[in-house]
Amino acid sequence: MNKNKEQLLNKRYKAEQRFRLYGQSAIFMALLFLTIFIFKIFSTGYSAFQKTWLIVPVTFDAELMMLEQNPSKEDIQDADYYDIALKSMADLDLNANEDQENELKRMVSYFFEKEIKNELLNDPSLIGKTKEVYLTASDDLDQVFKGNYPRDLPEDQRRVSDYQLKIFDQLVANGKVESKFNISFFTNADSREAELAGIASSFMGSIFSILVCLMIAFPVAVLAAIYLEEFAPKNRFTDFIEVNINNLAAVPSIVFGLLGLGVLLAIFQLPRSTPLVGGITLSLMTLPTIIIAARASLKAVPPSIREAALAMGASRMQTTMHHTVPLSMPGTLSGTIIGLAQALGETAPLILIGMVAFVNTIPGSPMDPAASLPVQIYIWAESAERGFVEKVSACIMVLLGFLITMNLFAQIIRHKFEKKWS
Amino acid sequence: MRKNGVKMIKIKAKDVDVFYGKKQALFNISLDIEENQVTALIGPSGCGKSTFLRCLNRMNDVIDICSVKGEILINDFNINDKSCDVVRLREKIGMVFQKPNPFPKTLYENVSYGPTIHGMAQSKQEMDEIVETSLKKAALWEEVKDRLHEPGTGLSGGQQQRLCIARAISVRPEVILMDEPCSALDPIATAQIEELIDELKKEHTIIIVTHSMAQAARVSQNTGFFHLGQLIEHGSTDKIFKNPDNTKTQDYITGRFG
Repeated sequence: MNKNKEQLLNKRYKAEQRFRLYGQSAIFMALLFLTIFIFKIFSTGYSAFQKTWLIVPVTFDAELMMLEQNPSKEDIQDADYYDIALKSMADLDLNANEDQENELKRMVSYFFEKEIKNELLNDPSLIGKTKEVYLTASDDLDQVFKGNYPRDLPEDQRRVSDYQLKIFDQLVANGKVESKFNISFFTNADSREAELAGIASSFMGSIFSILVCLMIAFPVAVLAAIYLEEFAPKNRFTDFIEVNINNLAAVPSIVFGLLGLGVLLAIFQLPRSTPLVGGITLSLMTLPTIIIAARASLKAVPPSIREAALAMGASRMQTTMHHTVPLSMPGTLSGTIIGLAQALGETAPLILIGMVAFVNTIPGSPMDPAASLPVQIYIWAESAERGFVEKVSACIMVLLGFLITMNLFAQIIRHKFEKKWS
Repeated sequence: MRKNGVKMIKIKAKDVDVFYGKKQALFNISLDIEENQVTALIGPSGCGKSTFLRCLNRMNDVIDICSVKGEILINDFNINDKSCDVVRLREKIGMVFQKPNPFPKTLYENVSYGPTIHGMAQSKQEMDEIVETSLKKAALWEEVKDRLHEPGTGLSGGQQQRLCIARAISVRPEVILMDEPCSALDPIATAQIEELIDELKKEHTIIIVTHSMAQAARVSQNTGFFHLGQLIEHGSTDKIFKNPDNTKTQDYITGRFG
């Protein structure tokens, strides 16, 4: 009998040990996946925050620029930079033939002419002089310099020719290639040229969408939650509403996109591809999330507080507004932020309402066409150029940073302002 | 209180029935409550004494499935009448609950809440006075006068309950309902509250629900004994405790059941 009990005891200990082991390995697995995921994104994406510049001597030849003596600002603005731009690239190899000159030109970004022009606009005294100008390297050379480009491929399978590589290597050897922090990634809108593409448009698009979403979803959801929780009679009809709010939270986001397309764009004729439409669509999605969070935090306010207020002769409305709602606000707000974070990562509904369009301007209001961060990731991930690979990861990093900040904020609100009940 | 030897009746309950859904919780309760006296309601758990107490300021309205029938006259006005406004009613009838439930706000805000919503103070000064007198009457002033702007939830249990009493009397109610106000407190805090009750009855009519027979005997002048939703017996506390008419009352107060 005693032995039997001992066996049982051992069995119990072993069972608990096994269970702990399973739990620990589950957590280990989850952490492992997360680490791999983050490592992959960071290792691919960190290089996008650096940009490669070629330092090229440019001679600001007044004659080639068709500039008169003592040109005014407008003259400099309107001058022809194409020839001096071409010439400064061609001069990198004095023995180059016409084909090679063409290749030399393609070593820098498509808009190198503009960069030369800006240099002169900043300092008009450069006319007639030679200055070493920083020109954005083409996305392929950018990738070569970052070591992301397979140089050992046969030449006909590469977008960078042997000749370009030879000149580039000479420039590197002479210290004429430099890597700097990529400001334009944050200040430029999208571009077909990977080296110029930035997230400014999609970032602003996301912010505007989220603001529109917040301004619509928050008041509607909070009012709905307060009414349902504090005022509505509990009957079959309100049960039915409750079930359907939960259903709404489970509707796939693309369905909301279709709704936005069919109602907002087709019937109300709102402007396509704008954060306004995107925000309204996202607010439909966020609505149930906020309602559920707000109701949960209203429910969490102890009934004794309501009774205390009512017994003091506060009306139902006063009880709700003076006590219940303020006490439930931390929970409601953190639920709202989590709902918005969800909306921020939403792609499918935005694609349907046209926020997937190529937008190379930075939106100034919710009525201007814009992309959004997740859609930008989608657009770039579809592009063929090697330069976009790192941009995709970099954009994911920005989006994740945004999300983590929001969730952190939600946590802070919850911990700092939530009342502890005695 | 007796005027010229006549009992002044503050509250008159006539044939009160209370239902929770289909279940009847109170049967035909008729009870007169004397003005400026302490009336204790005693009885075993679930006998309906708290339910009856909550009828007096219509707190049962909060419970959807609860319905109250019968007449409850306060100053000869039927509070179950449709024309009765519960906000006005509860201004006149304060309540102190079983568990101390101060608002998670400062002490000052706790006491000033009632006067604020009922517009009883014209100025900050007047409000300060109300807060001070209420806290003094609740025998809490000396302990908290230096920390009026600290949260009320930071007080001890007994202090919290006295804060709740201060909150209740801040609107100068005619009647104070107390639902087992000492059940969550230690003996010292209980003694303080009991002393306070004795003091408060000079200005207010008090109805107290209690589980403690000793407490009922100590603080009350009248006692009502409830059992299974019925008012078995009521009368002066002396009589109920020394010479009850009903054997059930006798059994309960001598501790044979309950």
